[in-house]
Amino acid sequence: MELTPEAIAEKKAWRSMGLTDNEYELIVEKLQRAPNWTELGLFAVMWSEHCAYKHSRALFHLFPTSGPYILEGPGENAGIVDIGDGLAVVFKVESHNHPSAVDPFQGAATGVGGILRDIFTMGARPVAILDSLRFGPPTNREARRLMDGVVSGIAWYGNAVGVPTVGGEVQFDPCYNKNPLVNVMAVGLVEHEYITKAQAEGVGNPVMVVGAKTGRDGIHGASFASAELDETSAARRPSVQIGDPFKEKLLIEACLELAKSGSIAGIQDMGAAGLTCSTVEMAGRAGLGIEIDVAKVPLREEGMTPYEIMLSESQERMLVVPKKGREQMVAEILRKWELDAAVIGQVTADGMLRVREGEKIVAEVPARLLSTHGAPCYTPEKRAPGKCGRGRAELPLAVPEDLGAVLLKLLASPTIAGKEWVYSQYDHMVLASTVMLPGRADAAVIRIRGTKKAIALSIGGNSRYCLLDPYRGAQIAVAEVARNISCVGAKPLAVSDGLNFGDPGKPEVYWAFDQVVRGIAAACQALGTPVTGGNVSFYNESSGQAIYPTPIIGMVGLLEDVRQVVGSGFVQSGDQIFLLGENREELDGSEYLQVIHGITGETAPALDLEREAAVQSLCRELIAGGLVHSAHDCSEGGLAVALAESCITGGIGARIALPAAGREDACLFGESQSRIIISVPPAKVPSVVTAAAKAEVPLLPLGEVGGDALHLELPHSSVHIPLADMAEAWRGSLGRALG
Amino acid sequence: MHFAVVAFPGSNCDRDCFYAFSEVLQQKTTLLWHRDPWPADIDCVILPGGFSYGDYLRAGAIARFSPIMKSVVEFAARGGLVLGICNGFQVLCESGLLPGALHKNKSLRFKCEKAYVRVERTDTPFTNQCAPQQVLELPIAHGEGNYYIDKEGLKRLLDRGQILFRYCTPKGEVSEAANPNGSLLNIAGICNERGNVVGMMPHPERNVEAFMGNQDGLYIFRSIIQAVGGQVRR
Repeated sequence: MELTPEAIAEKKAWRSMGLTDNEYELIVEKLQRAPNWTELGLFAVMWSEHCAYKHSRALFHLFPTSGPYILEGPGENAGIVDIGDGLAVVFKVESHNHPSAVDPFQGAATGVGGILRDIFTMGARPVAILDSLRFGPPTNREARRLMDGVVSGIAWYGNAVGVPTVGGEVQFDPCYNKNPLVNVMAVGLVEHEYITKAQAEGVGNPVMVVGAKTGRDGIHGASFASAELDETSAARRPSVQIGDPFKEKLLIEACLELAKSGSIAGIQDMGAAGLTCSTVEMAGRAGLGIEIDVAKVPLREEGMTPYEIMLSESQERMLVVPKKGREQMVAEILRKWELDAAVIGQVTADGMLRVREGEKIVAEVPARLLSTHGAPCYTPEKRAPGKCGRGRAELPLAVPEDLGAVLLKLLASPTIAGKEWVYSQYDHMVLASTVMLPGRADAAVIRIRGTKKAIALSIGGNSRYCLLDPYRGAQIAVAEVARNISCVGAKPLAVSDGLNFGDPGKPEVYWAFDQVVRGIAAACQALGTPVTGGNVSFYNESSGQAIYPTPIIGMVGLLEDVRQVVGSGFVQSGDQIFLLGENREELDGSEYLQVIHGITGETAPALDLEREAAVQSLCRELIAGGLVHSAHDCSEGGLAVALAESCITGGIGARIALPAAGREDACLFGESQSRIIISVPPAKVPSVVTAAAKAEVPLLPLGEVGGDALHLELPHSSVHIPLADMAEAWRGSLGRALG
Repeated sequence: MHFAVVAFPGSNCDRDCFYAFSEVLQQKTTLLWHRDPWPADIDCVILPGGFSYGDYLRAGAIARFSPIMKSVVEFAARGGLVLGICNGFQVLCESGLLPGALHKNKSLRFKCEKAYVRVERTDTPFTNQCAPQQVLELPIAHGEGNYYIDKEGLKRLLDRGQILFRYCTPKGEVSEAANPNGSLLNIAGICNERGNVVGMMPHPERNVEAFMGNQDGLYIFRSIIQAVGGQVRR
């Protein structure tokens, strides 16, 4: 039921749309009148956290955003990175957490669809999807249901749309029991000359809506995503959009043809806040206005009001601004792909978003006022929490006697275990360009047709580190993802981030957010990987409990010669195993403390960004020189788990001798940063030793590849586990837990 | 020699097949949109994998009605070579060019992984470059690849030697453990009675270049080139 401006004021109707009293007053002040019902709806979605980044954007200036490879930083739909040969990579990370909590299948599916549109709206063909998922442990029934739905939804959409899901990661913690995280990174390739922008250029140019018809689904999805989940959230299922990957596939082909046709001045996808957001953003970027007639929008339901049409989040739609006189050409291309196209308005000079229904003007608001330029920007109070974790000092923590049993238990724990149950449900080979299949290397690798190059892609972030120290935890997230990319031999180029937090109105949450942004900024600066864009998702809480601070880093790297690529598994019996970097006695924040002792520890592992950069650079140099057969990053589970993974993946054992100083559990399972395990053919060992000395990177000999077991010799004990037992624990456990 | 790859709305391996024939194998190849006219000089047509019409209703069930299928059926009747890969196999079954049907995988989940198939016949236009009982490593990626046919139909398939590929272990053993989807008799690919129409679930176009780690798909594509009198480039 639509209210009059008077009734809106009387009932304070903005509150149910997610606006505060102060925000309503600001709207009245700026408009110099009370907004009508439709206008209030426009403000509610455009000023939602999701669209306006009102609690986060004050900090974005901290990010380094430019560099030699960056063609487009934040501001457009996605970042663009030059990879030479006239080609560029377009990529972005986006979350779909709230919809996935309420309807895991469609929530995750439309998350994939939405981020893909951000890529092909720029003229780029999507070539890869990666996803970073967080759930409660599989022992939790609700977490299992959510995970099954999310994975099935990603598979359903990604497989049908024909973009390979080439990588990703999954971590588990009870803080995500009811509030799973679904962060999807999409990556596309474009020739420089065909890059299209989301700007409504040219006064008098027509405005068209193309793709699917508009229905009532997803109304107020953006506002919904900007509030906490509670008992009533299930009733918000109509706020979750419904995806149609078949239509998206046609839309991809149609939009790429449009980009090459030279007929369009601008194009923008319709995601959150649908027609409202796309018109406001396109007009805003060009400094112009847009006038549209909702009566001309192709609908799939009867009797939709202007309010509903403007706020619908029906999927698989784009807003296109053709050059004047090219409307027919655009319509013909869309018709070829069996999609709708309709002229609904035009670009104007007056800077207004004017919405008509036939002759009647139903909303008239300055586009700039609706955009991030007009929306309020908050810097909430922040306060460092007291001690977050539980320290070792609180418990008498003995070194376990059977370290082999500990290793097997860690290998079978859900965060560390192999993720074949997940990725075998995704088509990771379509487009026939996947160089490294999931599970074979630290980063996904996609060759670039027509060149000898490949791009390397990785995504991740350890939220326990961020709970214990958000600044350092965020730095480690950047460092580790870059390390993954360096481990296949590629040079890290640029970052897109997904920042997932609780309610920013809580001072502890905002403090952590602030720390994380600063940490990412510092690490990106040090590693030379600018931030090209990303996404913020607040209000990830259930029953008043916030998730751990969870920054997810997505990164793109470039490998000059695809033939140089190496995987993470050991390759050749007799190869010498070395550690780049050094072991420190660090247990805090480790998976080992959590899984075996049930405590988090007190702080995140230490990180020296200079050392990190040196280790990665050396690793890339060794790979480019053809000196190593494999490279694998030490992350969750530490050195012992990393060695076990290299054995399992390679299908071959290893004999290792560790000169442990201090606790043997820390040596095996501690998560010291900036460490990479490499295997080197014997003839190449002298070259590796020389290179490491020159780079001033510690090089520790660990042992030799061979046999059918992992044998770890320590000063006071030894571990001997047959390859088959490790593989069984690591490969099978997730499938057994999830069925 | 002229190869054609058909793109239905929703096909997504069309460009991969096109690339394999045109770039990797250097053959004259045309990508045909499902409304395009049929070129007169086609020697072999590929129905590629993907999700034609989103797999809505049933995989392949709508694509069989698309305009180009009339030409494909006529082409097959004239003895032209037709290869359906994955979704293309499903379309061939739906259109009646091949017997049987492809049910949902036994696991009820989509499955993408490396698979092995044993070549059951080498006297066909699609397998003449293979050794008898050769094991090919070919990736699979499907949710509906569980081949089914009634008893009578199965007997006909067996009697006439229409089973071309069966899932097996890397050593060539056809076993339950090597069956990724519950297919009857581990069937991965079959041909029609005349032997000119083949459907297979695995994707040969995904194993044709060195960077893919395996190039077994070339055995099948080179067989076709040989069969139509083309020059097989090594």
